[in-house]
Amino acid sequence: MSRVTKFAGRDPGPGARVAGFMAHLRAHGFALGVAETGTALAALGAVEASDPSEARAALCAVCAGRAEDVERFDALFDSFWMDAGRVRQKTVPSDNNNKNDDMHSSRKDAGGTEAEGTGKIHAPGGSGGGEAESDGTGRLVASDVRNLMKKDLRDLVDPEDIRKAEAVAVQLGQALRDKRSRRRKAARRGRAVDFRRTIRKAVATGGVPLRLARRTRPDRPVKIVALCDVSGSMLVYARPFLAFLAGLMRADAASDAYLFHTRLVRIADALREEDPMRALNRVTLMAEGIGGGSRIGGALEHFAATYARRFVGGRSVVIILSDGYDSDPPEHIAAALQALKRRGCRIVWLNPLKGWKGYEPIARGMAAALPYLDLFEAANTLEALAGLDQKLGAI
Amino acid sequence: MTYLDLQNDLASQGYVASDDLAMALHLAVTLGRPLLLEGAAGVGKTEIARALASARDTRLIRLQCYEGLDAAQAIYEWNYQRQLLAIQASGKTGKEAEAQIFSEDYLLERPLLQAIRQDTPPVLLIDEIDRADEEFEAYLLEVLADFQITVPELGTITAKSRPLVILTANGTRDLSDALRRRCLYAHVDYPERKTELAILDARCPGLSAALAGQIVGFVQDLRKEDLVKKPGVAEMLDFAAALSGLGVADLTEDPTALMAAMATLLKTEADRGAVPAEVAQRLAGRAA
Repeated sequence: MSRVTKFAGRDPGPGARVAGFMAHLRAHGFALGVAETGTALAALGAVEASDPSEARAALCAVCAGRAEDVERFDALFDSFWMDAGRVRQKTVPSDNNNKNDDMHSSRKDAGGTEAEGTGKIHAPGGSGGGEAESDGTGRLVASDVRNLMKKDLRDLVDPEDIRKAEAVAVQLGQALRDKRSRRRKAARRGRAVDFRRTIRKAVATGGVPLRLARRTRPDRPVKIVALCDVSGSMLVYARPFLAFLAGLMRADAASDAYLFHTRLVRIADALREEDPMRALNRVTLMAEGIGGGSRIGGALEHFAATYARRFVGGRSVVIILSDGYDSDPPEHIAAALQALKRRGCRIVWLNPLKGWKGYEPIARGMAAALPYLDLFEAANTLEALAGLDQKLGAI
Repeated sequence: MTYLDLQNDLASQGYVASDDLAMALHLAVTLGRPLLLEGAAGVGKTEIARALASARDTRLIRLQCYEGLDAAQAIYEWNYQRQLLAIQASGKTGKEAEAQIFSEDYLLERPLLQAIRQDTPPVLLIDEIDRADEEFEAYLLEVLADFQITVPELGTITAKSRPLVILTANGTRDLSDALRRRCLYAHVDYPERKTELAILDARCPGLSAALAGQIVGFVQDLRKEDLVKKPGVAEMLDFAAALSGLGVADLTEDPTALMAAMATLLKTEADRGAVPAEVAQRLAGRAA
């Protein structure tokens, strides 16, 4: 592994090799532009470039942009520079971890980060998580068996729905403005005086500030992060929610979307595909296992520990669309929501069952979640979602 | 000068930098690029800038970011009271008055403007950039690209000397790719056992080797526990100071003193609950 790559005799020189290395990194998802190649060459000029460890550290400082990049850098460096002639033929072990990883399945991480949960997948009903809460309807039982049968989202959602949902998403986005901005902007009316503009105006009146200019706190758009449960028990309701996700992604570039059943999948980038039907097809391919079991707690914990660290902040509203029938113990949901809450976001849980007459949130998962929710509402159609804008505006 | 020289210089200031970090700093100095440091709170990101400034014997200019930070706090502001007085006192009007009150005399420098107007290149620390909002980040990109600031009334002010810029972030929100690309990057992690021992030795030279080993081992084990807020290097140093203040020579000898000193390490109620006396004793026993 430590042998330095032998380049062919016709190799055009170190500059081209570094450019090749940058292309190699780019192919593995590093966000690098043309200017970085220049920086990398300058960096190599500033250190003892013939010493592999110095060259490695120098290139790492230039090329890596975030902690994950640093972790993967060593393997990528070795595969390019330390592979004894076999340039770029070996795939780097972690290459599905690249930038597009957000769109791929989270199965790999799920194995690692949710060790305590994985053992339960193959023990249907072992924890008794579902049956006890079926609350007499006999229909909705959380199952923890993964469904391997392919469900195609295109059968569930039609383009007409997505168009309608886009309008709903825009409406909700406008309702959900953050009023807690600390920045001030020049405005016609406002509480604070804008000294800069006031002085400029005062020059005209001999230094007497006759007209006061004002500043106010502007409303901030919030970032909507939607997580949609697509397990078996939710499939009947999946149609409006999926359309909503697709509409949301198209209406608001800052929003973020995930599906979960026994795993969590980030679908934001896939849903932004130009053709809505093609987008759904991509999601179908990624979200293998739709209509299967549900592990809400595990999925949310995974979300809180990974994506939320990057994509959820104080100005986010996390919308969870789920019926709360979970095969994981309820503590997982509580722990996950607590961790999410600590990031300063607001959490909205939309439960289609809440619309039922006499519904009580007695599913253990749902009961565990309640203390952490800013809003708990019913929604099982697009119209119901659209009707929520008043309540969402109030949180 | 190589990165090893820089590492030694920093060590003489009491800062123990890892190889990767020293290399990133060395490149930032030689290439004149800003350096983005990321890592959990309490790993010593801010301290790096301080150590670097004193190692290079130059000024440290610090801009603490917060939400709502705007140009008036970060770059410059006019001294409004003096401006008002001046217009009224001089009795001038129109162009004349304008020329007078929008001159250097009435300009208040804030950290960014200050940094580019120094004669010797200072270290500019932009602390917790992820707390500032996107608007400020975008503005900062502009300043970092050409080190010049435009004041509409005065014109463009170009840097006399390029400051060495260090940005820190600990993940309050995700930074833009544009900012990441413009900066060199180093991820600062909790130090390894050896490095942490060296840090403790540099900061508290009076400690016995046995106790120092115990303290570092204890804190390192504690970081592996499931805590809301893991103790950082600063907390470890406080812990060591607390123990020597309490006259503890061995972690296992006095459980009450140990629990009292833990107040420097665990800063939330949940964390205090997560590490009861028995667990602390077990960890101390393992570290001994």
